[in-house]
Amino acid sequence: MPRRKAYEAKIDYLQILDENGKFDARLGKDTLSDEQVIDAYEQMWICRELDETAFKLQRSGRMGTYPQNKGQEAAAVGSALAMVRGQDWLAPCYRENAALFMHGLPMHYILLHWMGDERGNQIPEGVNQTPLSIPIGTHMLHATGIAWAMKLRKEKDKAVITYFGDGATSEGDFHGAMNFASTLKVPVVFFCQNNEWAISVPRHEQMNSPTVAQKAIAYEMPTIRVDGNDLFAVYKAVKDARERAVEGGGPSFIEAVTYRLGDHTTADDARRYRDQKELDAWLEKDPLIRTRKFLESKDLWSEKQQKKLGERAKKIVSEVVKTAEGIGEPSTNDIFDYTFAELCDDLKTQRDTMRTSSLGQHPEQAGLRGQAERV
Amino acid sequence: MAQLTLVQAINQALDQEMERDERVIILGEDVGVNGGVFRVTEGLAEKYGKHRVQNTPLDESGIMGTAVGLAMADMRPIPEIQFEGFLGPAYDQLVNHAARFRTRTRGAITIPMTVRVPVGGGIHAPELHSDSPEAIYAHHPGLKVLMPSTPYDAKGMLISAIRDPDPCVFFEPKRVYRSFREEVPEDEYTIEIGKAKVVSEGEDLTVVTWGASVFQCLEMMDELPEDVSVELIDLRTIYPMDIDTVAQSVEKTGRCVIVHEAPKTCGLGAELIARIQERCFLSLEAPVQRVTGFDTVMPYYKLELDYLPDAARIGEGVKACLAY
Repeated sequence: MPRRKAYEAKIDYLQILDENGKFDARLGKDTLSDEQVIDAYEQMWICRELDETAFKLQRSGRMGTYPQNKGQEAAAVGSALAMVRGQDWLAPCYRENAALFMHGLPMHYILLHWMGDERGNQIPEGVNQTPLSIPIGTHMLHATGIAWAMKLRKEKDKAVITYFGDGATSEGDFHGAMNFASTLKVPVVFFCQNNEWAISVPRHEQMNSPTVAQKAIAYEMPTIRVDGNDLFAVYKAVKDARERAVEGGGPSFIEAVTYRLGDHTTADDARRYRDQKELDAWLEKDPLIRTRKFLESKDLWSEKQQKKLGERAKKIVSEVVKTAEGIGEPSTNDIFDYTFAELCDDLKTQRDTMRTSSLGQHPEQAGLRGQAERV
Repeated sequence: MAQLTLVQAINQALDQEMERDERVIILGEDVGVNGGVFRVTEGLAEKYGKHRVQNTPLDESGIMGTAVGLAMADMRPIPEIQFEGFLGPAYDQLVNHAARFRTRTRGAITIPMTVRVPVGGGIHAPELHSDSPEAIYAHHPGLKVLMPSTPYDAKGMLISAIRDPDPCVFFEPKRVYRSFREEVPEDEYTIEIGKAKVVSEGEDLTVVTWGASVFQCLEMMDELPEDVSVELIDLRTIYPMDIDTVAQSVEKTGRCVIVHEAPKTCGLGAELIARIQERCFLSLEAPVQRVTGFDTVMPYYKLELDYLPDAARIGEGVKACLAY
């Protein structure tokens, strides 16, 4: 009986810009132009400003629970730059705000969502995004379905990217989506932001596999692990994956190794379970610092520009807050009016009597007492 | 007009809608060349191509979740879940996503899809192939739940469901799949969702049922004394429920028996009774009776006929209600 190797696989790790801002010119060739890096840095900074403002809004009682994006901006911005706005679809989780606004979602929608208002999910016409996904891991199947529709319609030069964390890869729907996408060979990019923590559960308690990227091997899917705080590596990996997708090569998997510098959400306190030393080490790998070092090393960035950007970001975000808070209360009818395209009679009755003594019952019920007295 | 079984009528509806609208695609386990385990999709893969009648991996949540994505992208998916017992793994995608997207996005993203699911007992199938979970899905806002009992209704209601802009769960009573034939027009037609059907008119008592139980009720009516006049209503749509037709009938007869295969507690009968007492309290001559499955696990098939409401048990309920 022969016993031979049935399968062998390896996982590449890609880093182009290291923690110290040192750039690998060979690997980084034909990635981002200087102008693109400046733009990307500005988007990352604006995202951080939005994030910190959102945190303060929650702390001052002006917004509900909010999950900070802090530390993961390079992953969001690098991936968003590699996808084509207005053409591709994004199926996000909730820690890639920059990708959403870079692909056309008005920034105040993000705040509205966390202010407990569904109008923050009322994605405008022409913006190809699914709303922020609160349940973990269910939306990768939607991304796969959207990509499947693209394939069925033979749409050229279109792909989907879906974002999720390391914890999401424990969900059955993650594996379902990977299996469907690879079996059907649809144009979708699975982009895992491995930020090491799923609320309080560290990655080694989440999975036994030393990389997340290797999970894609089971689906014979091209897969790579990249430094998720390295704008260039993220961009390169997503760009390659997108190219493969639109050329009919099917789905790809990317594990972007990054770190959640904040708590899971404003309702969480990571000090209960996370070592301060670990956090301190990652604070030094902050993607904003690293990208700025790169720009400075190439004389593309000055203190003056930084000051200007800081002011611009503050102005943009304060306008966004003003817009979100100025939207006004939603109509109570909205509770009902989007249940179906056309409301059935019973729902109309419930809506039209919600503030009356009949408590949502049929109007005849309200008159019952009178009828009984007559009898 | 052709005489068709329920299976053939559903097949014809699928065929005509696929012909009419190329956004319509079928996905599910074994739906391709095999035509599905009940042969409902027979011949469609050959006619429209395997890409429109797509065999999927064995993953109900994957079927439902990718159907949600297809619908988001303006396709008209028809996912098939092989048996109602296997809706469990797909439950999250159906009730937490398909049902919620219109509300969640204030109308920006909608899910026009029709989930086809064989339902109910009586065919001597293995475990989890014979349940009746319709009330569970009627309880979830954002879903329309249908259960036709005849070939004619099945064709018209399925076409309505496929064209509906919202997610529909289309339950097919498998006991009726090949139990009889009736005339079904070749041309396409629709039957309005949310409309019950008065199967036979009567004066003394109203029986409300749906799915395969319609035929147990008809059998019961054949065995009743000639001077007892029963009005039989086939609810057809579980949600939105046509309470107007039921109330009109109960106001006339003053007595009502509800029959369903599903367990008694929190079954749809409970909701019907609440609605009947809201609407017809002063017309009622007797408490509304329920003849239902029991609050037990559906037994394996050796005992399934003891579990399912049959003509004799329904007859007892009718007599008790009339004698009150």
